[in-house]
Amino acid sequence: MLGKLTGAMAAACTVLLIGSPVVAKPGKTECIVGAKPGGGFDLTCRLLGGTLQSANLVETPMAYTYMEGGVGATAYNHIIGTRPGEAGTVVAASTGSALLLAQKKFGAHDENAVRWVGALGAEFGSVIVAQDSPYKSLKDLIEGIKAKPQDFSVAGGGAVGSQDWMKAALIFKAAGQDPKKMRYIALEGGGPVVTNVLGGHVKIGSSDVAEFMPHHTSGKVRILAVMSPERLTGDAKDIPTAKEQGYDILWTVWRGLYVGPKVSDADYQWWVETLEKLSKTPDFKKEQEARGLYPFPSYGKAFADHVKADVARFKILAQEAGLIK
Amino acid sequence: MSLDYLWTGFAVALTPSNLLLSLLGCFLGTLIGALPAIGPINGIALILPIAYTMKLPPESCMILLAAIYYGAEYGGRITSILINVPGDAGAVMTALDGYPLAKQGRGAEALTMSALTSFVGGMLAVVGLTFFAPLLGSFAVRFGPAEYVALMMFAFATLASMVGAEPVKTLIGCLIGLLLTTIGLDPTSGAYRFTFDQPELHDGIEFIIIVIGLFSISEILLMLEHQFKGTLKPIPIGKGFPSWSDIKACWWPTIRSSVSGFIIGVLPGTGASVASAVAYTTEKRLLDKGTFGKGDMRGLAAPEAANNAAAGGAFVPMLTLGVPGSGTTAVMLGALMLYNITPGPQLFTERPELAGGLIASMYIGNIMLLILNIPMVRIFVKMLQVPNTWLIPAILLLSILGVYTAYSSVMSVLLMLAIGVGGWALRKQGFDMAPIILGFVLGKVLETNLRNALALSGGDISILFQSTISNSLWVMAVLIVLLPWWLARRTKARASAEGA
Repeated sequence: MLGKLTGAMAAACTVLLIGSPVVAKPGKTECIVGAKPGGGFDLTCRLLGGTLQSANLVETPMAYTYMEGGVGATAYNHIIGTRPGEAGTVVAASTGSALLLAQKKFGAHDENAVRWVGALGAEFGSVIVAQDSPYKSLKDLIEGIKAKPQDFSVAGGGAVGSQDWMKAALIFKAAGQDPKKMRYIALEGGGPVVTNVLGGHVKIGSSDVAEFMPHHTSGKVRILAVMSPERLTGDAKDIPTAKEQGYDILWTVWRGLYVGPKVSDADYQWWVETLEKLSKTPDFKKEQEARGLYPFPSYGKAFADHVKADVARFKILAQEAGLIK
Repeated sequence: MSLDYLWTGFAVALTPSNLLLSLLGCFLGTLIGALPAIGPINGIALILPIAYTMKLPPESCMILLAAIYYGAEYGGRITSILINVPGDAGAVMTALDGYPLAKQGRGAEALTMSALTSFVGGMLAVVGLTFFAPLLGSFAVRFGPAEYVALMMFAFATLASMVGAEPVKTLIGCLIGLLLTTIGLDPTSGAYRFTFDQPELHDGIEFIIIVIGLFSISEILLMLEHQFKGTLKPIPIGKGFPSWSDIKACWWPTIRSSVSGFIIGVLPGTGASVASAVAYTTEKRLLDKGTFGKGDMRGLAAPEAANNAAAGGAFVPMLTLGVPGSGTTAVMLGALMLYNITPGPQLFTERPELAGGLIASMYIGNIMLLILNIPMVRIFVKMLQVPNTWLIPAILLLSILGVYTAYSSVMSVLLMLAIGVGGWALRKQGFDMAPIILGFVLGKVLETNLRNALALSGGDISILFQSTISNSLWVMAVLIVLLPWWLARRTKARASAEGA
């Protein structure tokens, strides 16, 4: 009894001490990875946790929780249903989450059900062909597809309707083809996409720049275009964008965070400001680059608006492709 | 390719700090492998941040992670053999003959034998990795959807060996496994099947949840039943070393399984669970005279050699192509990227200390694991003498904790318990759990690849018979079904000829 009381008093004191400023600082932080270890969500959480600690923005190391299911759907429902007010808990999300929200694959909740904090960076879609392929530019490829669409099989790291499928669908649309008739094989992640292109099982591979870059550099595959608004920097600076080649094909994969719907304004603000502060540190910039991410400064309301605009855009895309009614 | 990188590698791997990391990794890996539900992938994800905080150089980090990986393949077998609870996905087949052996009081022997065969499998894989890595890398690339279909059909053909005294029950079990794979995201269209709006079911039921449910939970229920009926006899632990004739009998199954396990491990679409399943069913098909599944050393040797060889094989695509060969190597690949290192064939020339260090550490690690494991047999078998009043709650606790740690969801735990009760009911009716597991493992790979192959050909089935690899696999599938029958006929014919 006495122990409980002391504990409660200590807790009350902590709340008084920490809870008083307008911008709250959570004592314990946790990042939820809505997938198996090793994927994009894991990368997001680890980038955050590692740099937060080295920048001394948190006192104790961030905890990582793996919560697999529906590419983030389980985590989304979990945070809304079970832990809506936890100030220290953030969840990793990406463009893929917006895509699934648009296709109503996150269950009953929509994109307004959580509080979107900000982005940690972005990567971009890209397409590859094998090194010995006759197609040297996106224009070659699209002209080829126009002539004989059934000859162009595509491999992507996700089912029909996934990001990789969408990227390929944009290319087929640019060639005036119906994406639904695309010969598309769904694989698990970007690795198998590369092996299937290397083995000649498909003509086109669809994934992200970071996934393909090592294979492009080693000369085994050729990235025909990056789906970014501008030329990328670093290793990818010589690869033309789709836009430069005359096609309005953009695919930005932002990686960001959200918190539960009942997190207080002060706690939410702490995360927004911390993320903004963090992204300006040299250590963060270095770690971001090491993970193949490009800067994507978008925080707080601006980020929330971006996510919601994405969901709206993806709804139209999915309708056009006949994925939703 | 010259082997200079390997000598550089041994120089790196033999430094005291890296040797220590290797030992630490082997020990942790064995432990992680032995805990139900927590497999190498979770183990590595747990250790990775610690490795970063310690600011380990990339080669040391890889040595540590790799040691955990193959340590886990060793560790998974311990609980499989002793209490019929596979420690990880690759150790499911090990329980089939391992547990009956333990019940016959040969647990210590089984543990020693499996450590030996694990060692052989692991060593052959590293040798394969050393000499054939680039060659195998380009071989793995030739496996497209159609080739995987043929490989799975071969695996299903070996399954014919599982049809024992009650073929209908085996068939039903296999179908249950196939049905379970249909839950979750449709791999091609992205539609949800049988998910009942539960996001936990969107990715389907995780393999490990099925394994823990069917083996561990149903085993607990059976134990409880015996406990109340008082029919449980204490199990003697037996002597430690297998007899010479056992070792001789296991020799060829171990070699064959190591080779097939290694090749299956090299293929990015298949891993230790498929490798051990194929090895077990193939050996059963070739050698079984009614002793497999009842405590045959060869049935223990085959899957253990295969799963360790597969773990080694998974490094081939990672090191030569820069694509992961398994979930665990995917995490390791991510770790390499963080060091700004791009894996690929150039790794052997540009970063010989890394590629070589890793491979050299695998030679050393395997030897360490063998040395570590043989004396530890005496400690492990003590598990058999733990009274059930302690053992049952402990297994239950570990199973629940393991699943919860891996998936952070109560729903997964409930699902595991429900599957466990289902498994117990089936076992009471005389069903084996193995065909369910096999149906599940193979069904998923088969469905995805069959649909992908047909998507490529626009529905034309002839795509399945177009490459040399597919056709060879189809022929092997037919052979594995017919060969034992033909052999039996020939022996019979010869016997009658001699008799005449």
